[in-house]
Amino acid sequence: MGERVRIRASMPPGHIRAPAYLRGKTGVIERSLGAFGNPEQLAYGHAADKKQLYRVRFTMAELWGEGAEAPNDTVDAEIYDHWLEKV
Amino acid sequence: MPHDHHDHLSPSGHPYRADNDGPLTYWQRMEIAVRELLIEKGVVTPAEINAQIDAMDARSPANGAAVVARAWTDADFKARLLADASAASREMGFDIGPLNLIAVENTATVHNLIVCTLCSCYPRNLLGLPPDWYKTREYRSRAVREPRAVLREFGVDLPNDVQVRVHDSTADMRYIVLPARPEGTDVLDEAALAELVTRDSMIGTGLPRNPQ
Repeated sequence: MGERVRIRASMPPGHIRAPAYLRGKTGVIERSLGAFGNPEQLAYGHAADKKQLYRVRFTMAELWGEGAEAPNDTVDAEIYDHWLEKV
Repeated sequence: MPHDHHDHLSPSGHPYRADNDGPLTYWQRMEIAVRELLIEKGVVTPAEINAQIDAMDARSPANGAAVVARAWTDADFKARLLADASAASREMGFDIGPLNLIAVENTATVHNLIVCTLCSCYPRNLLGLPPDWYKTREYRSRAVREPRAVLREFGVDLPNDVQVRVHDSTADMRYIVLPARPEGTDVLDEAALAELVTRDSMIGTGLPRNPQ
C-alpha cells in the first residue's frame, strides 16, 4: 500500500474501465481488492482472465494542475493491474 | 379548421405531455426479443421477471439508513462495516447478492462523495434505484472536477480544512458513505437515528437531518 503507480497513457478501442481522465496520471495504491474478471474480455462475452484490482488515490493537483479546485482533495478509482505502471 | 391540441391545458391546468409512442430503439427491441425467447424456451417465467422487478423497486434508502444507524450505535458493528461492508450488510439481513461494498466514513476532517464517471454504478441493494441526476453527464463529470462547487449546489458548503475524497466506482466495487452522526442525538434510539439518514447523505451530496 502507498506504492506510487502511473495509469497507462494509451487509448485503445474497446470496453476500458480505466477512465480516460486518469490515464497518464500518477497516484498511490490505497488498497488491494483481489482478482476480478477482466471487463475488456467480459464485455464481449469472452472467457475472462482474472486481473488484480486496486484502489488508486490521486490528488486533484495531479489531475487538474493549477486549475484544481482544492489541490489536496482526492479522487479514488478502481484500476486493474494491467493498466498500472511502476513509477 | 383542424383541431390543434398544442396550446391546450388539461383540466388540472397542466399542459398535456406527449405520449411516448416513438419507435423502439435497437436495444429496446433487443431486450424484448431476448426476454420473449427466454420465456419461450422455459428459462424464466413472466412471474419470475415480475417478481425481480418488484424486488428491485422495493429496495429503498431505508435499507442503507438502517445500516448507518446501526454503525452509529454499535462501535463493533461500525468497525466490521468499515472492514467489509458487504459482510456487515448481510449480517443485518440485507440481500446484497454478490455486491462488493465499501463504506467510507465522514469525519470532522474528511467528506466523501460517490460518483460513477463511466456509467451509473450505485449501491442499489442498499439505496434502491439511483436518482436521475446521479446518471447525468453533468454530475458524472463535475463530481471529479469541482466536487466542492457541486456540493454547494446541493447545499453542503464545506470549510477548507475538510478534505473532499471523491470515489469513482470504475469497476467491481460499490460505495456507501457513512455520514457523521449529527450533534444532539445522544438520546435517540437506532430507529429514530435511521430517520435522520437521507439518501443523499449516503451518496455524499447531503448531510443527515438534524434532530427536531
